[in-house]
Amino acid sequence: MLSEQEREEIEAHSRHYPDRRAVCIEALQIIQRHRGWVSDEGLADVAEALQMTLAELEGVATFYNMVFRQPVGKHVILLCDSVSCWIMGYEKLRDHLTRRLGIEFGQTTADGRFTLLPNVCLGACDHAPAMMVDDAHYQDLDPARIDEILASCELKEGGQADGKATDA
Amino acid sequence: MEKPLTHDISTGKEPPDLAQYEKTGGYSGLRKALRMAPADVQQVVKDANLRGRGGAGFPTAQKWSFVPMGDDAPRPKYLVCNADEMEPGTFKDRLLLEGNPHQLLEGMIVSAYALQADIAFVFLRWAYKLAAHRMERAIGEAYGKGYLGKNILGSGYSLELHLHASAGRYICGEETALLNALEGRRANPRAKPPYPQVSGLWGKPTIVNNVETLCNVPHIVDKGAEWFKSLSHTADGGTKLYGASGKVKKPGLWELPMGTPIREILEEHAGGMQDGYQFRGLLPGGASTDFVVADHLDVPMDFDSMQAAGSRLGTGTMIILDDRTCPVGMLLNLEHFFAQESCGWCTPCWSGLSWIEQILRDMEEGHGQPSDLERLASHTRLLGPGHTFCALAPGAAEPLQSGLKYFKDDFERHIHEKRCPWREN
Repeated sequence: MLSEQEREEIEAHSRHYPDRRAVCIEALQIIQRHRGWVSDEGLADVAEALQMTLAELEGVATFYNMVFRQPVGKHVILLCDSVSCWIMGYEKLRDHLTRRLGIEFGQTTADGRFTLLPNVCLGACDHAPAMMVDDAHYQDLDPARIDEILASCELKEGGQADGKATDA
Repeated sequence: MEKPLTHDISTGKEPPDLAQYEKTGGYSGLRKALRMAPADVQQVVKDANLRGRGGAGFPTAQKWSFVPMGDDAPRPKYLVCNADEMEPGTFKDRLLLEGNPHQLLEGMIVSAYALQADIAFVFLRWAYKLAAHRMERAIGEAYGKGYLGKNILGSGYSLELHLHASAGRYICGEETALLNALEGRRANPRAKPPYPQVSGLWGKPTIVNNVETLCNVPHIVDKGAEWFKSLSHTADGGTKLYGASGKVKKPGLWELPMGTPIREILEEHAGGMQDGYQFRGLLPGGASTDFVVADHLDVPMDFDSMQAAGSRLGTGTMIILDDRTCPVGMLLNLEHFFAQESCGWCTPCWSGLSWIEQILRDMEEGHGQPSDLERLASHTRLLGPGHTFCALAPGAAEPLQSGLKYFKDDFERHIHEKRCPWREN
């Protein structure tokens, strides 16, 4: 079932549209923000609230790149693989990230911390190569900078867990 | 030289808030427009020769002219700002969205008034989180000051404006696909006719304009069509945001007169090639434009001149190919993107692009055949205009067809040497 907060957020957007289903893309994103991903249960909750069939909503959910129908890690790394970043050294960064995290694109680290995904152009072409981690953009990247960013994710988690150290 | 679009933008700093924006003349275009008849606002945009900045270059006022006007027009009418910037190599709308959200809002309100639209949406790309935050704040300020909502500044004109954050897919930038996305559907393009101007969102008259296009509108209304035309080197009015990425000394984005020559952008503004790199060619306006090469460097970057040179202005943000980057590898990267982002609606697109990607990948991996060149060329013809449901596949064919022409030797080396000559081993 939708939580009270999820329902309120969906209704707030729903008021912008003349029909019920139009809000479904926002609704999927809202569910994802609260639950981390869109599970079958989450999909069913939204479909029921918007009076859509499961198949209709699944068709929408699977169309869009940023609706996750599989669980993702605590942090989602989106590495730009489009042309300007490719020219400026994307492959080296990809190799560094996959080696460092021990996973390929589409996978999540065993500790559930990082999911690694390729992403199309992030609009930072004059500062390529670029990536996003969660909602933050990073640009002018090299392997050393990536290590710093990964370490800062770990620090943030440490802070959330009352300063408890996290394994590196 | 005047830079109306970027005058108030300082990168790395907070954008002007409402008070700051008003202080430098912001919303005076709207105040002036509200004293004019909607048809007169349309006329000044027409006289200014403003052409759409999303890539296609269709005259903005002509697009508007198909919207039914007057008391019998179906209601509500919609205006949508296409802020789904996702064309690889393109980063111009992001600057306008993050750098001066009120300028875009003013452009939308003036344009909506000209069309007598009732509801407006900003269709924003998922990844532009900072832009979303700043747009939301600006929208709140604009409502608070009476620039949005009922009876704007006492004019009797009302407009609701909402931000829609997309969930990410390149095809959403196609205007009819965008409408399906806004309606909560898979973003497959729609058949035309009917055109969105007559039957768009929920079957009502709808205009979709690009961010940069809309940002020009309040300046045109405020300062006039002649002023706007005087900014340009060519018949198309205004300035243009030009960009450069790749192995140049100073990649970046510059507001320059429409029709600035490629060479000036590349050599003066982008500082020329990095040391140790030679220029080989460039895609002038994003991934879906034809390559141009050294022979074309003196071509003015405007819609008609670029077309005469065998390419398109597109988004005006150029991607530079250097001599240490493999042209076949670059094309593989581009065609992988297009194959991935094909919406799957029509067979030539989803199937053809996958084949192109596979042939290029084989070639990069040393399995190219001499017959591949003709197979690739025939695919570019089969995916050309008229063979597919929308412009995605014809756009994908553009860099490939010109790449085959200008970098034929490089393709042949891959085939004969059975490897990519740019890779070690």
